[in-house]
Amino acid sequence: MNYADLFRATLPETALEVGALVVLVVDLGFLRKSALNLRVAVAALLGVAGCTAALWMLPFQGMGFVYPGTGEMLLASGGSSAVAQIGILLLTVLTLLLLADATFTQHVGEYVAVVLMAAAGGLLIAAAQDLLVIFVGLELLSLGLYILTAFAKRSGKSAEAAIKYYLFGGMSAAFLLFGFSYLYGIAGSTNLYRILLAVDGPQGAQAAPLLYVALVMIAAGLGFKVAAVPFHLWAPDTYEGAPAPAAAFIASVSKVASFALLILIGTAALQVFEAIHVMAKYEPQAHIPAAHGFWGFSVSWSLILVVLALASMVLGNLAALAQTSVRRLLAYSAIAHAGYMLLGLAYFSNASRSAAAILYYVLTYGLTTIGAFGVVGAVEKAAGSDRLDAFLGLHKRNPLLAAVLLVLFLSLAGIPPLVGFWAKFNLFAAVLHASPTGMALGLVILAVGMSAVSLYYYLQVLKRAWVMPAVDETPIAVHPVTMAVLLLVSAGVVLLGCFPALLQGWIAGFYPGM
Amino acid sequence: MLAWTIYLSFAGALAQALLPKDKPSISRWLALAVALAGLALAVAGFAAGIPNHFARVTIIDAPWVPSMGIHYLLAADGISLVLVLLTGLAAVAGVLFSWNIELRTNEFFAFYLALIGGVYGVFLSFDLFLLFVFYEIAIVPKYFLIAIWGSTRREYGAMKLALYSFVGSAMVLVGLLAAYATSGSHSTGLVSLAHAGLPVSFQMWCFPLVFTGFAILAGMWPFHTWAPTGHVAAPTAASMLLAGVVMKLGAYGCLRVAISLFPHGMDPWGFSLLGVGSWRDVFAVLAVIGIVYGALVALAQTDFKFVIGYSSVSHMGFVLLGLMTLNQIGMTGAVLQMFSHGVIAGLLFAIVGRIVYERTHTRQLAELETMHLSKRLPFAAWAFVIAGMASMGLPGFSGFVAELQVLVGSWIAKPGWTIAAGVGIVVGVAYTWRALQKAFFSDAPPSAHMHEHAHELAAITVPEIAGVMLLVAATLIVGLYPRILLEAIEPAVKTLLAGGGQ
Repeated sequence: MNYADLFRATLPETALEVGALVVLVVDLGFLRKSALNLRVAVAALLGVAGCTAALWMLPFQGMGFVYPGTGEMLLASGGSSAVAQIGILLLTVLTLLLLADATFTQHVGEYVAVVLMAAAGGLLIAAAQDLLVIFVGLELLSLGLYILTAFAKRSGKSAEAAIKYYLFGGMSAAFLLFGFSYLYGIAGSTNLYRILLAVDGPQGAQAAPLLYVALVMIAAGLGFKVAAVPFHLWAPDTYEGAPAPAAAFIASVSKVASFALLILIGTAALQVFEAIHVMAKYEPQAHIPAAHGFWGFSVSWSLILVVLALASMVLGNLAALAQTSVRRLLAYSAIAHAGYMLLGLAYFSNASRSAAAILYYVLTYGLTTIGAFGVVGAVEKAAGSDRLDAFLGLHKRNPLLAAVLLVLFLSLAGIPPLVGFWAKFNLFAAVLHASPTGMALGLVILAVGMSAVSLYYYLQVLKRAWVMPAVDETPIAVHPVTMAVLLLVSAGVVLLGCFPALLQGWIAGFYPGM
Repeated sequence: MLAWTIYLSFAGALAQALLPKDKPSISRWLALAVALAGLALAVAGFAAGIPNHFARVTIIDAPWVPSMGIHYLLAADGISLVLVLLTGLAAVAGVLFSWNIELRTNEFFAFYLALIGGVYGVFLSFDLFLLFVFYEIAIVPKYFLIAIWGSTRREYGAMKLALYSFVGSAMVLVGLLAAYATSGSHSTGLVSLAHAGLPVSFQMWCFPLVFTGFAILAGMWPFHTWAPTGHVAAPTAASMLLAGVVMKLGAYGCLRVAISLFPHGMDPWGFSLLGVGSWRDVFAVLAVIGIVYGALVALAQTDFKFVIGYSSVSHMGFVLLGLMTLNQIGMTGAVLQMFSHGVIAGLLFAIVGRIVYERTHTRQLAELETMHLSKRLPFAAWAFVIAGMASMGLPGFSGFVAELQVLVGSWIAKPGWTIAAGVGIVVGVAYTWRALQKAFFSDAPPSAHMHEHAHELAAITVPEIAGVMLLVAATLIVGLYPRILLEAIEPAVKTLLAGGGQ
């Protein structure tokens, strides 16, 4: 085994881990007695430096890491992985900058270190091609998220949210591992492509019921990560209890990483499916189980994803209508957005087109939601709660903050010319392109209808910020760095919305031949 | 040049948002300047269309999202020019009738100008997605205008309007996505999509979806209920814009997108049920129901503004009926009716909402009856007499020419529709007469309540007179010399009917 190659392939992750250690050493070793805001500034800057170093070391081209003994790929590079990894690092930087006026903890060094390690887990699963790497990456990410959720040690809600998140997370990891063990049993390999080849071939057909059980288990594990109904129960509590920058991290970076993993699985399945059909063309006598009523991987996986997508879209949007806490509202809206993206994954074809559409969606969604949590955090600090009524008269208390909220929420609702509209449009166009059937059309109609429903609850917040009279008119002060991040995010949302080709073209550049 | 109507409006909106809050007069004059500049550009654009007989002119065509074939394509044909002109008129009049807004003045005009910019954009877009983008941009400002500055049940009215609009645009979006995926063409330009040869079976389901989506905003029965509540809740300028131009957005979408992209959607089904044998019949019948129903409900209202609100539903029925005649004269009438109703409804809402309500603080006809407004506000009374005559469709006003053409067109298509719509006209005379009599010319004895207000009616202001003059002049000019607009509309309708995709 060539460790030098492995080291080279995991340089970005290593950079993040080194960054985490440096933050710990500096914060605990040298700044122990310093003022909190100095420690926050140093820790956040070191974290940003770590992310920048990782970004610089990302392998944009090349093969990733191939296990030399068998020629099986362990880590992919380029394509969807590269896009997702860059997105993960940039969004991590933004969430670190939101720390600027954090007062929820005295342990900033540990906080930043955990964020960086979780981001390293995100980078791993965005490139993983092997079940073991997937599982290790997921656990690295998840463990970090549990700790981040619990970081506000003086808040009971934070502890409650973390314990719920941890219990649900542990259970879903068990499901995932169980599903993986079945797949290994069927294929005798942990490599994604080997498994898919085996599963779509005679071995899979013989073990059909076992395969379906495995897929459902895996869907449960991954559905938990993206907060798809019915594995979403942790999301509202976690979004409500976690400190705002941590909630922003969970809602953005972890989403991007998990969807990147789902995209990798989808791409691999599509390539294997096509390869088998090409093979069948030249060797008609070869046994193709798909022709004998066996669903294979792609069809059954699509079916599971359709169910998850349908449930998430409907339940997420309808439950959001009834919320009085803005964080819970954002949690249910996150579930709904996950539903739209799962729809894109269920009708996954022409790999680069679908993958690009989903990545576009998840990256812009992550960006917007970081901004949304920034606003919620600022309001919470002044009003002491995240109830809808805390937003009353925001346009008087801080017009700029209210304007940012307007832009971000309208984008989440999918109003053009903001970026959320293009994300939805792109995604639904990709779905219809992949499958011109009535079923796909029906689901798209439902998704578009549900996004009309979503306008209602986003307007409930905007109504309080802009229309209803203020109870308390004292101005809200926002830390300049936080405000700068929020303005940057809103400028991004507006500009990427007015010039959708910018981001699309950038993503397309990672797919040769698109 | 016409594209500057859009940019100017959005730039004006941005400037308003940055203006200081405590300088309302700067906001007003800036808004007036922007609206006047828009009107001047619209008139100049219209005049520039005369020498080449209003053929379609491309204003700008730049790739916007190259990978999906979406272009930033602005163009104008006769129909666009007429509606841009209407938007310019309505924008100026709206600013004049909002001169007394004191609450958050700069924000009011920021939302107002953003709405105007979106409307200009819709009328000038010749790319399907660009049109849709502008169409949705117009939704949000409407919500805030009504919710912040409105009156009676404003939050309810605003939310209802926003949700109806958004559901309508969701239906349109589904249709557009499906058309885009089905055509397989690499362009979303209206002309190239019209030539893409979409399958008839596809058009059969897509046409009613997209048409209904747009017609919701045009106030088609039974999806009209947002219109009266929204109009009543809205501040005067917003209800003028709602009735004046926003409802036209819906009708324009029906014409420019639904009818021209999916012409086969109106083919007969091959069977008929109670005389209804195609989507065309369905929508024509709904339009006729809207005409009669709107008029009858207007007859029974006790709130002056609801009378005008329901009359809008009735008059917009003529537009939809005209579109469904699918013949030259009927569709020309429909476009002319869009212009005519935009001007007349704007005038009516201005009189009721600004001139009368801001002084009497009531819109109940029973209370207005005791106030003898014809003596105390003679200007308002005579302005309403003129507006009422125009609304009834008396000769000499724009409404007459427009509704006559629609009726002739529908007689050619199906005489039954004309007869039913004629009933609507008769009822229209009745409700206008009733409102006029009760609000201004009643001789009921003054009530005790009335004495408190006896000498409080403020004098009519200059902006009000200017606004009324502007709109009366527009309806009279078009009424006396309709050719001025018909020459622009007719060739555009002709190419559209010829299936040339505009």
